[in-house]
Amino acid sequence: MYAFDLERPTTLADAQAALKSDEAQPLSGGQTLIPTLKQRLAMPEKLVSLTAIAELQGITKEGDTLTIGGATCHADVAADGSYPALSALAGQIGDPHVRNRGTIGGSLANNDPSACYPSAALASGAAIVTDRREIASDDFFTGMFETALDEGEIVTSVRFPIPERAAYVKFDQPASRFALVGVFVAKTADGVRVAVTGASEGGVFRWAEAEAALSSDFSPAAIEGLTVPSDDMIGDIHGTKDYRAHLVGVITKRAVAAAG
Amino acid sequence: MTQVKMTVNGKSVSGEVEGRTLLSTFIRDTLGLTGTHVGCDTAQCGACTLHVNGKSVKSCNMFALEADGADVATIEGMADADGTLNTIQQAFQDHHGLQCGFCTPGMVMTAAALLKENPSPSEAEIRAYLSGNLCRCTGYHNIVKAIMAASGQDVGQIAAE
Ligand SMILES: Cc1cc2nc3c(=O)[nH]c(=O)nc-3n(C[C@H](O)[C@H](O)[C@H](O)COP(=O)(O)OP(=O)(O)OC[C@H]3O[C@@H](n4cnc5c(N)ncnc54)[C@H](O)[C@@H]3O)c2cc1C
Ligand code: FES
Ligand code: FES
Repeated sequence: MYAFDLERPTTLADAQAALKSDEAQPLSGGQTLIPTLKQRLAMPEKLVSLTAIAELQGITKEGDTLTIGGATCHADVAADGSYPALSALAGQIGDPHVRNRGTIGGSLANNDPSACYPSAALASGAAIVTDRREIASDDFFTGMFETALDEGEIVTSVRFPIPERAAYVKFDQPASRFALVGVFVAKTADGVRVAVTGASEGGVFRWAEAEAALSSDFSPAAIEGLTVPSDDMIGDIHGTKDYRAHLVGVITKRAVAAAG
Repeated sequence: MTQVKMTVNGKSVSGEVEGRTLLSTFIRDTLGLTGTHVGCDTAQCGACTLHVNGKSVKSCNMFALEADGADVATIEGMADADGTLNTIQQAFQDHHGLQCGFCTPGMVMTAAALLKENPSPSEAEIRAYLSGNLCRCTGYHNIVKAIMAASGQDVGQIAAE
């Protein structure tokens, strides 16, 4: 790792001030950032830790809306249970040690194409709240490892409308435990949203054909015969483009079945 | 350099660290507590697992400064002062839950975290909880058995491969 300063502010205002300098970057659970620093793929002059800021922690439920602080760890979301499909997703991220450190804000900001949370945010139609504005999940994920966040912008919370029915099914890549393909399905009064992670070169995406089919018939059979084009699927040693495209259909069916 | 203070195995400690100093480095090099092993240094193997404020973490993937003011527990704090092994450690010995022993500190700390959350885990729950801890020797069976035994459950149903 290159050398850097590490600050640990206790208020959001102090974190914002510390992030004003050009080469500063937020540090949350560090579960992605520390390995990146060790590989010398990032070279910040200063890291600003978000883990000592009380206002970025915690989970609150008001009516059918669940709000999760940006620096809330995966284990806390897993234990919460007010949005069962979301808690189940959080409980399947990595391993217990990773879940005790890694946070929802870090996961969304990183937008790894194989990460779990982006699919939940996109399928649920969540709002990503920052220290500057609120971003709809449909506008937040802009490509592999890319988001609508500006330099130094902090994800302060994520607001999930809790759907009538939902489920996440993840087909693990067994060595990394990230999703080879993961599908989050959410059904609300307005229709069905299907978000796919792990599969596409462009990162998480909504599968429009499946959404249309499921909105009129919410059953695994509705997916029969639907396919996603394999051109922009990820192809690597773990699976070809065609294999991933096939898995998208299979895992979507399983997610619909699990959502009941 | 910045001053960091924490409680480790009940004792108050402090030392100078850089921003980039890992918790595993502080524990091993500054405090000399080398029971916490560094296997991969990339958050994969779990050999470096210890507890921060009662939660298990991979100490190679956390900065020492992030543990400022925290209560840390390492493998050195598991046995009694006179060296008597605790229940989990004794079960690892009784059930041959280790061969080379490199993964063992992390396995014991992980088992301790599991049994605190879930005092009577099933075999499947134990295996799932160990998903971040790699062992290149035992094939895991005897580790699972040891944890089962430490929780006071019958180990008979676990295959003896
Ligand atoms: C062994 C292992 C297995 C894993 N398995 C999975 C898995 O199965 N599924 C999965 O989804 N993930 C997995 N992860 C990744 C894990 O979930 C990370 O915790 C997560 O992706 C990043 O969150 P973090 O809090 O650790 O962020 P950090 O590593 O601290 O930061 C990541 C990036 O986000 C930025 N950032 C952090 N917080 C904020 C914020 N609030 N606002 C703006 N920017 C911010 C940082 O500057 C950095 O660029 C795994 C990680 C490991 C080590
Ligand atoms: S040394 Fe920390 S996980 Fe391997
Ligand atoms: S006993 Fe050798 S690595 Fe586990």
